[in-house]
Amino acid sequence: MSVEAPAPPRTPGGGRADRPARRSRRPRGSVTGYLLLAPAGIFLLAFFVVPFYSLVATSLFDPSGSDFRGYEMTYAWGNYVDVVRDYWGPLLRAMAYGAAATAACLVLGYVLAYAIAFKAGRWKNLMLVLVIAPFFTSFLIRTLSWKLILADDGFVVNTLQVLQLLGDDGRLLATPFAVIAGLTYNFLPFMVLPLYASLDKLDPRLVEASSDLYANPVAGFFKVTWPLSLPGVVSGTLLTFIPATGDYINAELLGSTNNRVIGNVIQSQFTDANNYPVAAALSVLLSVLIVVMVLVYVRRAGTEELL
Amino acid sequence: MRWVRDNLVLLLGLAVLVYTFVPIAVVVLMSFNAPDSRLVYSFDGFTLDNWLNPCADPDLCSALGVSIRIGALATAGSTVLGTLAAFALVRHRFRGRSASNLLIFLPMATPEVVLGSSLLALFVASGLAGQLGFWTILIAHVMFCLSFVVVTVRARLAGMDDALEQAAMDLYATPAQTFWRVTFPLVLPGILAAALLSFSLSFDDFIVTNLNSGNTTTFPMYVWGVARVGIPMQVNVIGTLMFVLSIAVVIGVEVRNRRRQVPVA
Repeated sequence: MSVEAPAPPRTPGGGRADRPARRSRRPRGSVTGYLLLAPAGIFLLAFFVVPFYSLVATSLFDPSGSDFRGYEMTYAWGNYVDVVRDYWGPLLRAMAYGAAATAACLVLGYVLAYAIAFKAGRWKNLMLVLVIAPFFTSFLIRTLSWKLILADDGFVVNTLQVLQLLGDDGRLLATPFAVIAGLTYNFLPFMVLPLYASLDKLDPRLVEASSDLYANPVAGFFKVTWPLSLPGVVSGTLLTFIPATGDYINAELLGSTNNRVIGNVIQSQFTDANNYPVAAALSVLLSVLIVVMVLVYVRRAGTEELL
Repeated sequence: MRWVRDNLVLLLGLAVLVYTFVPIAVVVLMSFNAPDSRLVYSFDGFTLDNWLNPCADPDLCSALGVSIRIGALATAGSTVLGTLAAFALVRHRFRGRSASNLLIFLPMATPEVVLGSSLLALFVASGLAGQLGFWTILIAHVMFCLSFVVVTVRARLAGMDDALEQAAMDLYATPAQTFWRVTFPLVLPGILAAALLSFSLSFDDFIVTNLNSGNTTTFPMYVWGVARVGIPMQVNVIGTLMFVLSIAVVIGVEVRNRRRQVPVA
């Protein structure tokens, strides 16, 4: 662009003659802000906040009601006692599977994010695209694909049997291992992307400085890299743990009836059994448990600003 | 050996990346499969039949049509609402801003099964239990895509430099001209990324949809339904197509971004 381009005329004060000066674009009139926000805000109030209120209300309905006779609001707090008594197994199992998958994702995701951030060089963008690419293929199709890979007379099981790592009638499918492996696979990008965002911002000179100060690579990692990547670790684990705990597709397709998780129960109570109060109580319980766990975890990790 | 030791992390990272592609490879392979039986699922022979007759099961293609229509409408709705909200949150200061941020964040931090059952509880309570179908699925999809759009567009907006817009204003562009000639083109990659994300979230959703679908069948619901009796190989054709198409779109967006960014940088 030409340097000699005529500069717009300015008044001596530095403002412009024809318009009121507006050097900074923010803050602007708040009315516009509200108008821009209103459509999305109202939509979320109507279809996220109000529904949750409905869910809580439904969970307190008289459990003896039905679709045909209608439900009566009796503040039946006993529903919560009942669902904990009847379904603590699937509830704990969902949390355990979610936690195990999150841990596995953290290990695999950290290696991958670290490689992309520090070792990929000019292949960085390509590798990032490759991280996301498989996940554009349907979740269900990919999970069914794992079902095929882990099948009883499949290549993987046969190999493990030849190596005697798995008994002759041992199997992978329909075991907790298959469910956790499926969850790990399906939620890996939710871990990799926040970790990468954190690691990419990390100044490699800090690691060099640590080695100048006689830290070995392991100490350098745990004293410098790991603490600085904590924000990514926290948001990655949350983004993985929350959906993994609520998911029931992996448990249903890769597990057996012994691996039913809370999501299976909620969905079947809602759509097959039409037992709305029980299903709603389970759903509220699941979200309260997750919120409590997230708050405790974030407190512990000392990164409240993330929320 | 020394080379291996020096590049150990990179090799491990590549191994993880390869692992993420294993199921895709199986999907692509199976799309050319000529199975002996629908129940026993193994590679029995090569055929192009699945590719030539993708609609051998008409239910598959009608479900696919439903998913594409819902995906397109949900993408349009959530992208417009979400982009407006992102502008509000980045460019304006007003009371209740942090509450709004929280409202946007919460749906992403809620398990899908809770989102879906909440909506179902609302629809049942409003006497719409018999009306579940296309429109209730669409509402649900706009709802859960919205937050992802806001976050994506907000990140793009927040990372933008004011200087270009100020320069436009200094050069006597009206606020409308500044917006359409400077601001909008700069934010567009973010909006496109958000739209792509929305479409894939909507197209792929099973858990929320299953709770609010009534008798309407989307593509993931079709797959879920046939998974018990053995899936037709055409499902793998669709899976392969989705993979190829999304790669093409991602590359397209990337190329476009680069072209746009060169003169600015």
